This record gives sequence, structure tokens and C-alpha cells, in this order.
Amino acid sequence: MATLNDYLLVSGLLFAMGLAGVVLRRNIIIVFMCLELMLSAANLSLVAFSRFNPAPNGLPDTNGQMLVFFVVTVAAAEVAVGLAIIVALYRARQTIHTDELTSLKG
Amino acid sequence: MNLAWILLFLPLAVAVANQLALKKTGLAPTLSVASALVTFVIAVLLLGKNETSHFAWATIGEFSINIGIKLDQLSTGMMIVVTGVGLLVHIFSLAYMKDDAAKARYFTGLSLFMFSMTGIVLADNFIMTFIFWELVGLSSYLLIGHWYEKDTAANAAKKAFLCNRVGDFGFMVGILMLWGITGHLAFDQMQAGLELFQKANPVFCGGVLSAAVLCIFCGAIGKSAQLPLHVWLPDAMEGPTPVSALIHAATMVAAGVYMLFRLQLTLGLENFEGLQASQFIAWTGGITSLVAALMATQQDDIKRVLAYSTLSQLGYMVMAVGLNSGEAAMFHLFTHAWFKALLFLGAGAIIYACHHEQDIWKMGGLLKKMPITGITFGIGTAALIAVPYVTSGFYSKEEILTAAYNHDKILFGIAVFVAFLTTFYMTRAFVVTFLGKTRSDQADHAHEVGPLMWLPLIILAGMAIGSAWIAGPLCAIDPRTHAQEHAHGHFVILGFSITALVLGLISGFVLYVGKNQDPLSIPLLKNRFYIDGFYDNFIVRYFQDAFASLIAFFDELFINGLMVGGLSRSAESVGNIFRRVQSGSLQGYAFCFGLGVILVIYFTAF
Repeated sequence: MATLNDYLLVSGLLFAMGLAGVVLRRNIIIVFMCLELMLSAANLSLVAFSRFNPAPNGLPDTNGQMLVFFVVTVAAAEVAVGLAIIVALYRARQTIHTDELTSLKG
Repeated sequence: MNLAWILLFLPLAVAVANQLALKKTGLAPTLSVASALVTFVIAVLLLGKNETSHFAWATIGEFSINIGIKLDQLSTGMMIVVTGVGLLVHIFSLAYMKDDAAKARYFTGLSLFMFSMTGIVLADNFIMTFIFWELVGLSSYLLIGHWYEKDTAANAAKKAFLCNRVGDFGFMVGILMLWGITGHLAFDQMQAGLELFQKANPVFCGGVLSAAVLCIFCGAIGKSAQLPLHVWLPDAMEGPTPVSALIHAATMVAAGVYMLFRLQLTLGLENFEGLQASQFIAWTGGITSLVAALMATQQDDIKRVLAYSTLSQLGYMVMAVGLNSGEAAMFHLFTHAWFKALLFLGAGAIIYACHHEQDIWKMGGLLKKMPITGITFGIGTAALIAVPYVTSGFYSKEEILTAAYNHDKILFGIAVFVAFLTTFYMTRAFVVTFLGKTRSDQADHAHEVGPLMWLPLIILAGMAIGSAWIAGPLCAIDPRTHAQEHAHGHFVILGFSITALVLGLISGFVLYVGKNQDPLSIPLLKNRFYIDGFYDNFIVRYFQDAFASLIAFFDELFINGLMVGGLSRSAESVGNIFRRVQSGSLQGYAFCFGLGVILVIYFTAF
């Protein structure tokens, strides 16, 4: 039987992978996917907390699950917007590599 | 008492009205003349009053600075001189400045000057004296620089202001020292304060008082143009001639003498007996009178001759004050004001008639062309060279010679020699200007000036003769009542002064009658002992320039380098450091963001 710590460990690994991807990868689509990975890591830990913190009637805690639903919907909206931005960016610059997108450099 | 307040503030009100409202209307001259007339009438009404009144102007804790009026024989008598000469100068200016484009500004300046001068005369405490002292400096700057388009006039105004400021700094220090000694600023309370100080510190009281008096004397050196700050007065002749008559004959330059005598009366004359500072004052005056008279003998500009003669006469007065005979000084101030104003206005009339030609060698023969001016100028000359018994100048000069004779024989010798020189250079000026043939076209076309000009001349000529007799009714300080002092050595003094007069007249006539150019040429005197040159080439070059470069260095290093420039440079370099942060690399931002989140979590959770 998996314990809460196992879930949290997996969640932390996922989050670390996501963060590493965001920091290290150059392709914006990969970066974007890694962002989603970090969101998923957060969702996983929320669900785990919900499961291991039951309400008095024995059912899992609903607060965590509701929060996950919100995150999922917001992430879906974010993907829609983000992918649209990436498409627009590619049309403007013919590239989606972050090391070539440095016009904000001071 | 209300009259006195009106007397003080009317000229200010007129000056303000002139400047703010009446500039364009052409009413300004009339208003100024009317105010001068009213102040003169008030001054006459106030004769013989003995009152004080004041109000607090600025109060800081227990300390309060008053604006007050002190009426006594000294101030009411002096007011007659100031307002009387002022009125005549105003009237004369109406004609003299008729065609000037900036008449309104000129009359505003005159009114402002009358206000400041009235303030000095009526002041009942030293702070007020100082305030109006500075105002006189300002208004004389405005008047001397009236024709500011001319470089010489602008420079002369600057020079006058700066020389005065140099002296005024000492004056301020002196006032503060006196305040420290006596604990009071009002004239009426100072003597009591001084006595307390004397009782508490009998040993060094004399020395401290000497130092304070010398500092205050610095102010008089500046205003009354004594050596070594005399250089501004001859240059100030660049101003309109009526201004010279007002400022450099009757009022501003007399303020120093007036203030010194006021100081003596305030602290008690007996405290000045044998004071080292008094010696110093007397010798400064004596040397000034000698040096100025020597310089006057070789000047070609008629106004400069008069300017140096003013210096020399002021030296007389300062000497008399230093010899503890302030009454003689004030008496000479009183008579001198009238005849020197007469001489200056006469010179103004000549210059006006000769189309602004001022060189006496280009005049000549003017007595026939301008009889009224010539005769009144002659009367003024007679008063200045002290023709015995008929002129006022004789009586006052006699008093000063008596004072010198009784106190210091060397100073007496100097004074007699100065009397000889005075006669010599005034004879020279009169002979060259009025007798002989005309020596230029301008003088050829000269004709008598209008009544607005000769009327003041005639009144002043009357005063030049009569002022010694009406000194009593006019409340002027007149020392001639001290009969016993008068008897001692009287005939010796009279003999010396008449000899000086006769010798001066003879040498003047012999040397200058019928001459077309100066038979004497003494470069040392013509160049005014090279004092101006010394100031220009030494003080200005080495002191001022060194000082300027020091200030420039300070400015560059501290103001520009450290404060203003330093701030901007540090802001720039900090900005440069933080510019690196804006790397434009998305991953860098993300990394920092992640790091930040980790740190926040670390600090909140653990």
C-alpha cells in the first residue's frame, strides 16, 4: 500500500523535472510542456492530501479535489492561450528557441 | 510721532507706486518730487523734537528686533540736510533727466534712496541702522548704474556695491560685538550695558571696545569712502550728476560720519577719550584727506575733482570724529552738504550745457555764457576753500582745525596743508572752467540752463553762505558755543588757515590763468597713487583670481564631482550593475523565479 510520502515523493520528482525542463530546455513547446508537468505535480500532491485526509464520514476531503478541478480547467485555458501565443511568436520570428528571443535584453 | 513714521515710509510708498503702477504714465517724477517736498516739510516740523517710538519687527523667543524712530538734535538736524538737499536734487533732476528714457526708474531709485537714508538717520537701534545701511548700498548701486548700458557705469555701480560690502561686513561684526558687550541693540540702553561690562571686566574693556569700534568703523570706511576703500567714490561719478550731488555730497557718504558720531553719543563720549580706536580713526581720516586732496590737484574731469574734494572733506570729518570732536564733524557735515551739493549741481548744469563734456580743459570762459551757474559755483568754491567770515565752510573748517590743533599737532599740520591743497585745486577747477577762452565747440555753444536748474543752485548758494548762521534754528549740531575751547590758539589757527587760503589762491591763479593745458603734470597724482591700478592688477589678479580658482576647484571637486556628479554617477553605475539582470534569457528568469520560490518556501516553512 503506497503511503502519502510515496505520492509526495513522486509529486516532488515530477515538479523538479518540470522545473529543470523549464530552466534548461530551449524549445518553448518543451518548456510549456514542462510547465504543465509542474502543474500536474501540484495536482498529484493535492489529490494525495485529499485521499489521506478523509472527512469524518470516511469520504476523501473534497477541498483538495475541487482545487484540482480548478487547476485543470485553468491549465486547459492556459494551454489554449499559450499555444496561440507560441504560434503567433513563430509567425513573427520564425523560431521558438528561447536563446534566439532576447529582444528584452537590457 | 506719526509724522516721523510718515517721513520714514512715504518715500518707500512712492518708490513702490512708481515702480509698480506709474512707470508708463509719466507721473513718477512728479510724485517723487512731491514726496520729497512733503518729507522736507515734515522734517522741518519735527525740528527740536526729542522722542523715540518703535514696534517689534521680528521676535525670536525673548530677542526682538525693533524698527524704531529716535528723534533728537542729531537726527532732526541731519534730516534737514537729507531732505533739503534731497528736495533740491529732485527738482534739479526734473530738468537734468528730462530727456532720459528711464526717468521713472531714476525717480524710483531716488525715492528708494531717500527712504533708506531716512532710515539710517532716524534709526533707534543698530540692527535697523544696518538694514538701512544695506538699503543705501543697494539704492546707490541702482542710481550709479542708472545708465547701465555703458560698461563704465555698470562697473562703477558694481565697484561701489562691492567696496561697501567689504566695509559692511566689518560693520556687522562690530554690531554683533557691541551687542555682546552691552547686551542691547537699542541706542538708549547701550550706555548702561557698557557700564555694567566695564564694572565686570575693567581690565580688557578698553581693548574689546576698541576692537568693536574699529569693526564698526569699517562700515564707515566703506560708506564714507575712506582709505583704502575710497576707490568707489570717484568711479561713482559715472552716474547722473544729480545722483552724485545727492549721494556723494550730502547723504550717503555722510552716513558713515553720522553713524560714528551716533555711536559715540550712544556709548558716551567719555568712553572714547584716549581709546586706541579713536586714534586710528583720526589718522585714517587725516591721511584720507591728504591723499585725496593730492589726487584732486591733477584730475581733469570736473566731477572727479569734486569727488576727490568730497573724499578729502570726509577725511576731515572722520578725523574730527576720531579726535573726539564729533560736534565739529557734524557741523562740517552740515555746511559741507549744502555747498558740495551746490558744486555738484553746478557741475551738472555745466555738463548739461556742454552736452555731456566733462573735461575742464575743453571748457573755459563759461562765466560769461552761464552767469548764474558761474556765480553760484564760485560761491560754492568760496565756501569749500573757506573764505573767512562770509562763508559757512569757514566756520566749520575752523572748528575742525581747532579740534586738530588741540589734540594732535601733526594732524593739524596735515589739515592745514589739505586746506592749502583744497584752495589750490578748487581755484584751478574754477579758473580753467569759467575764465579764459572757450576751448571746444561744446563749450562754445553752452548757454544758461533753465530755471528748474538754476533755482536749486541759488537756494544752495544761499545755504552755502548762510548755513552757519541758521544752524541753530535748524537744530544742526553747532560746536561754536564752547567759547573757552574756541579762545585757545584761535589766532594761530586763523592765521594758518588764512595763509593756506591765500597761498592756494595765488598759486592757483598764477599757474592756471590763461593756460590751455595743464602746466603741471605729476603722473603719480594723476594716476591716483596707482591705488586703483594696484587693486586691479594685484588684488583682482592675485586675490580674486586665486580665490576664484579655489572656488572653481571646490565647485568642481565637491559640488560637481561628489554631490551632483557623484550622485548621478553612482546611480548610473548601480544601473549598469542591474542591467546585467535584464539578460533577456527566459530560462534565466525562470531559474531566478524558481530559486525565489524555493527561498520563500524555505523561509516560511522552516
